[in-house]
Amino acid sequence: MATIPQKIVHQYLRHDKKFPHVWCAGCSNGIVLGAIIRAIAEMDINRDDIVMVSGIGCSSRMPVYIDLNTLHTLHGRSIAYATGVKLYKPYMKVIVITGDGDCTAIGGNHLIHAARRNIDLTVILINNNIYGMTGGQASPTTPHMAIATTAPYGNIEPDFNVCNLAMGAGASFVARTTAYHVQEMQKYFIEAINHPGFSLVEVESACPVIYGRLNKKGGAPEMMKSMRDNTIPLAAYEKLPKEKTEGKTIRGILRQEVRQEYCAAYQDLIKRVNVKEGK
Amino acid sequence: MQSKKTKTLEPQTETKLAELQQTRERRTVLMQGNEAVAYGALDAGVNFFAGYPITPSTEIAEILSVELPKRNGVFVQMEDEIASICAITGASLAGAKSLTATSGPGFSLMQEGIGYAKITETPCVVVNVQRMGPSTGMPTSPAQGDIMQSKWGSHGDSPAIVLYPDSVKESYELTIRAVNLSEKYRTCVILLLDEVLGHMREAVCLPDLANVRVISRIKPTVPPHWYKHYDENQKYLSPLASYGEGYRFHVTGLTHDSHGFPTNKSTEAFEMMERLRKKISYNIRDLVQIESHKMEDATIAIFAAGIVSRAAKAAIVMARAEGIKVGLLRPLTIWPFPDDAVRKMLRNVETVIVPELNQGQFIGEIQRLTKDKSESNVISLQRCDGTLFTPNDILRKIKEVS
Ligand SMILES: Cc1ncc(C[n+]2csc(CCOP(=O)(O)OP(=O)(O)O)c2C)c(N)n1
Ligand code: SF4
Repeated sequence: MATIPQKIVHQYLRHDKKFPHVWCAGCSNGIVLGAIIRAIAEMDINRDDIVMVSGIGCSSRMPVYIDLNTLHTLHGRSIAYATGVKLYKPYMKVIVITGDGDCTAIGGNHLIHAARRNIDLTVILINNNIYGMTGGQASPTTPHMAIATTAPYGNIEPDFNVCNLAMGAGASFVARTTAYHVQEMQKYFIEAINHPGFSLVEVESACPVIYGRLNKKGGAPEMMKSMRDNTIPLAAYEKLPKEKTEGKTIRGILRQEVRQEYCAAYQDLIKRVNVKEGK
Repeated sequence: MQSKKTKTLEPQTETKLAELQQTRERRTVLMQGNEAVAYGALDAGVNFFAGYPITPSTEIAEILSVELPKRNGVFVQMEDEIASICAITGASLAGAKSLTATSGPGFSLMQEGIGYAKITETPCVVVNVQRMGPSTGMPTSPAQGDIMQSKWGSHGDSPAIVLYPDSVKESYELTIRAVNLSEKYRTCVILLLDEVLGHMREAVCLPDLANVRVISRIKPTVPPHWYKHYDENQKYLSPLASYGEGYRFHVTGLTHDSHGFPTNKSTEAFEMMERLRKKISYNIRDLVQIESHKMEDATIAIFAAGIVSRAAKAAIVMARAEGIKVGLLRPLTIWPFPDDAVRKMLRNVETVIVPELNQGQFIGEIQRLTKDKSESNVISLQRCDGTLFTPNDILRKIKEVS
């Protein structure tokens, strides 16, 4: 076996197992993977205590590459599997990797109920605005009038604001960033993993090969530039006049509040019951 | 719920969990089939339940919502049945003994998740208290419409273990057996109940916990870098590590190699499929359980499962009073199908009557095994209107063919 390069990222990859990876050149998924690993390394969590769970999609292929406890589940169901793991072993850190279709279409029900319960999962939603793995069909976050292989005349459906959806359902930590803002992304991951409750970080990402091509967005560099130019940090957004924020996306921690976490509430229930039973 | 400090169970194959569980006063009690399932689950060591309410299975969830917290176990009501099967599978991978309970509509929703538990060889139990279908059907009426679905419900080939009790007492026993088999064979085991059994009350004498045989998954003893999540060397029964124990394995619903990593190689795909098949077919003798009732001198046999077999037994008493030699073959394990026992029955009797509460599901299996006998000797008796066979219905058929 070749010697393993000593960058932090390399220490966490399953080198001898599943490389080369499945992602296209220019895809943002690898950037997110790098940021997650650096966040975990910086937090110095024992990797035996982390479970990474995903659904189905390009983004959801991520866990196989990382040397953690990993669980690649069914399309849309990652949060439900993660709920089972977390409830049985609440001391473990459970990170969910999911795509926009995985999390908000087929998995939308699990998303809102996990957010409502405020169970301590960290959901990292990689939003490329399209179904990448199946070749470019419209997802609930495909922008209005964008082209998809199942919306060849332009998408007539309005799209989800995923962060608002999560907040509306009760998520106690919600943040949005992009694959261009790597350090910010890493910081939000750390905040989210540390947050004692349901957290969701939406990462806008580039799928140059499918979304970019269908919508004439250029290649990966152009899409990266667009993420840089068309997003505004929350603090700045609030100060800017309306004409300057028109059509731009807010980045930042949109909610961070502490309320009763579900596993803790269940622990309390066990205590209450056992006091009543005289144990 | 497991805290980091909780001592995990010692590596074990069979133990008596008596000390770990609450002692319950053992006496003859009047209980429902659903109650028997709930207490059977607890006595088998189930410590994680996720489910969604549905008639006629709901009492199982309700009882476990009372009992599990007392035992430091987890009860969670999920947003639907899909989430329920996913949650019990996730919990099992974290080390729990897990179970869910549902009925037809929920069982249909769970099928993709059942296939996932099977391909990932994750122990768990699904109880399906069958109601009349299709669709919403007749929620409080009995039917045996899910016999084939419990084998073929999920896409792809995935051999099934399905148990089918005929009484409240047996519901208790087969629930324990279902949990044990799921742990031993690392698969999703299905327990089918008839609607009337779920709600029927009978006197049951629960055994002393010390006499309950409990099987738990084999734990790996090798160091993590030697661990294979699917170790094909051990008679198709492989050790299973849990998340958080240092093994850091990968689990996927993609076709995988013996380490659990996805593969597109046909040799590895074949190997995986063969392992799934062989772990059932090489262990038929351990898995199949049948009851043979008054078959010694029988010239007519009835093949029936669950509640139908009880009407059949009453019919047998009446028929024998009139001198007709009739017996009953009853599968307690319906999948894998008891081929050998059925072949033997077909050799020894002239006529087989197959009464079932559906439009003919078991009958096809019997006909499949009717090689040398003319098919007219296998007679199907079907009912599919939300009611049960009475003993007289079956007696009439016996007389007709005798
Ligand atoms: C139940 C089910 N329905 C459909 C599919 C097919 N499918 C696989 S991936 C996918 C979409 C993935 O899109 P997304 O979640 O946005 O992830 P991406 O590939 O864009 O990262 C679909 C529809 C499936 N695997 N399972
Ligand atoms: S199709 Fe898009 S999302 Fe999928 S790997 Fe390629 S670039 Fe990435």
